[in-house]
Amino acid sequence: MGNRDAARLSLFLLLAPLVLWIGLLIILPHLGIGYLSLREKVAPRVYQFSFANYVDFMREPIYWNTLLRTAVMSVLVTVMTLVVGFPIAYYIAKVAGRRSRAALFLLCLVPLWVSDLVRAFGWIVLLRETGLISGFLQWSGLARGPVELLYNDATVVVGLVYTVVLFMIVPIVSTLDGMDNSLIEAGYNLGGSRWTVLRRIVIPYAMPGIVAGCIIVFMLTAGSYLTPILLGGKNSMWFTEQIYEQFITRYNWESGSTFGILLLAFTSFVVWAGLRLSGQSLATTVAKG
Amino acid sequence: MTNDLECERLTKRFGPFTAVDGVSFEIPRGSFFSILGPSGCGKTTLMRMIAGFEQPASGDIRIKGRSVLDLPPNRRNVKMVFQHLALFPMMNVGENIAYGLRCAGVARNEIERRVKDVLARVGLPDVAGKEVAQLSGGQKQRIAIARCMVLEPDVLLLDEPLGALDLKLRERMKIELKLLQHQFATTFVYITHDQSEALVMSDRVAVMNAGRFEQIGTPQQLYHNPASAFVAGFVGDSNRWAGRVVGPEGQGVRVDIGDGLSFVAAGSAPAGTAVDIFVRPEAISLAAAMPGANRLDGMVDSLLFNGAASRVLVRLADGQLVEVAHVPDGREGGLEVGAPVALSWSPDQTRCFSRAA
Repeated sequence: MGNRDAARLSLFLLLAPLVLWIGLLIILPHLGIGYLSLREKVAPRVYQFSFANYVDFMREPIYWNTLLRTAVMSVLVTVMTLVVGFPIAYYIAKVAGRRSRAALFLLCLVPLWVSDLVRAFGWIVLLRETGLISGFLQWSGLARGPVELLYNDATVVVGLVYTVVLFMIVPIVSTLDGMDNSLIEAGYNLGGSRWTVLRRIVIPYAMPGIVAGCIIVFMLTAGSYLTPILLGGKNSMWFTEQIYEQFITRYNWESGSTFGILLLAFTSFVVWAGLRLSGQSLATTVAKG
Repeated sequence: MTNDLECERLTKRFGPFTAVDGVSFEIPRGSFFSILGPSGCGKTTLMRMIAGFEQPASGDIRIKGRSVLDLPPNRRNVKMVFQHLALFPMMNVGENIAYGLRCAGVARNEIERRVKDVLARVGLPDVAGKEVAQLSGGQKQRIAIARCMVLEPDVLLLDEPLGALDLKLRERMKIELKLLQHQFATTFVYITHDQSEALVMSDRVAVMNAGRFEQIGTPQQLYHNPASAFVAGFVGDSNRWAGRVVGPEGQGVRVDIGDGLSFVAAGSAPAGTAVDIFVRPEAISLAAAMPGANRLDGMVDSLLFNGAASRVLVRLADGQLVEVAHVPDGREGGLEVGAPVALSWSPDQTRCFSRAA
């Protein structure tokens, strides 16, 4: 066996797990779902190829309204996560001392130790009618009766921001870490105000991290299930809930598959539009970040 | 007021460590001033205080006669060329230079005119549209200077900007920097640990050690009349002996360096003082001695050829090596390794500094 063959074999072995993972867990299921979504049930156990499932989706306003609503709320969550996460990331990367940096990073990671479900119940304990905050408001006389803070959009947004903010902080910290402090000092030295330095030097430098963080956060939010259901209840109207209902409650796999494909297509479109609007591309941002 | 920059008893402490200790100096308008010192001597801290990135514990900084201590960095008319230049990678060359003008709110067409003008003055008229990464090391250097000079600062600070360049380019940039300074007629304050950079470019040099200025003077003064043992050892090459003063002799003192050897050195010190003696390699002659000269006998240990800066290492009887400047003339029959030689030099070329100080 020649040297080239050996190199090829090792490349093959190195790539095999990745190829298997992507092939078996991502491409294959999506092919299956895509196939299912293009089937129409015409009689018991009789199917034919058709776009009927997609037509049904368009005919029923509640479906595409929910999808739009999910997308809009996810964009809102992404923006809020960025607003909350950027100052934290900047502080960790540029202001905090070497020792406190590790501690701060760890503090950001701590919530991940606890399962999603338990964290969502944590919010419920705080926010429900008989919860801590409601109780405190009544005790202090700020509210007459019990206050229900659960089951509205604001709570869902807050809960989601809390769940995903770490995924915004980490990529931004890692890009800002690579930034030479003298760039910031040069920005001031040449006459820039705080705002100018932030807008013209720090943010453009952090852009790859910001874009990577936004894509991750948006995708996680749009595809999240537990937090919107538990904190939003019946009012949350998250699109993943519709998918769940089609698959599990109605046992309508064809329709559920259609929704799955539509969610994937629509969120991909939003990411693409976001990249276009901000003048970035995947190659220059994610690859760098 | 003819001084662009004055510092008065400037002090900075980091916890118990005093980085800059009561430094005072003034720099006349339009001159090239260098601060020369080993790393960790406090020169960067001093520069950062002038730029406004550090607050002094005490003392005053005046630019054109006006104290700037209460001004933040972005309001001081002192611009800085950073060690690694700190050109903004997200902007092209033109935008880098225009940045400061835009911060100052200069009109768009005025910015365009001044960017073009300054690029022509640094000799790079066609690079405005290029990305920073497309420039060579020397070009980046000039852009970093242009980015500051376009703002017409009172003082330009340069923090070892040649450190990252290779030797050949560094030699060329030294001359170029000096020419740029003449052309802009702005006060340059140049920080370096490289004595040849400081000597070649500066009108005046301050030698800094452990937070203090050891001496301020022209490069010639520092080289020929060092004020302290540190300056004598740091600026230029020197042969060094430790000894003890025997007593006055002629214009100077006789110093015993052990092994039955003694030299006459310029200066004065009471008998018994421990001193260090410095003799420049080019002060030592291999030719016949003049009367009253200090003498040593030895033999040629090795010949270090380096063109006009060639040296001969002479080994003394006690094994010590002495460096002697000697330019070989290229003819046969010159010095040979192992040959006995007699060294001599004049007492006024012999500096002596007491040890305790």
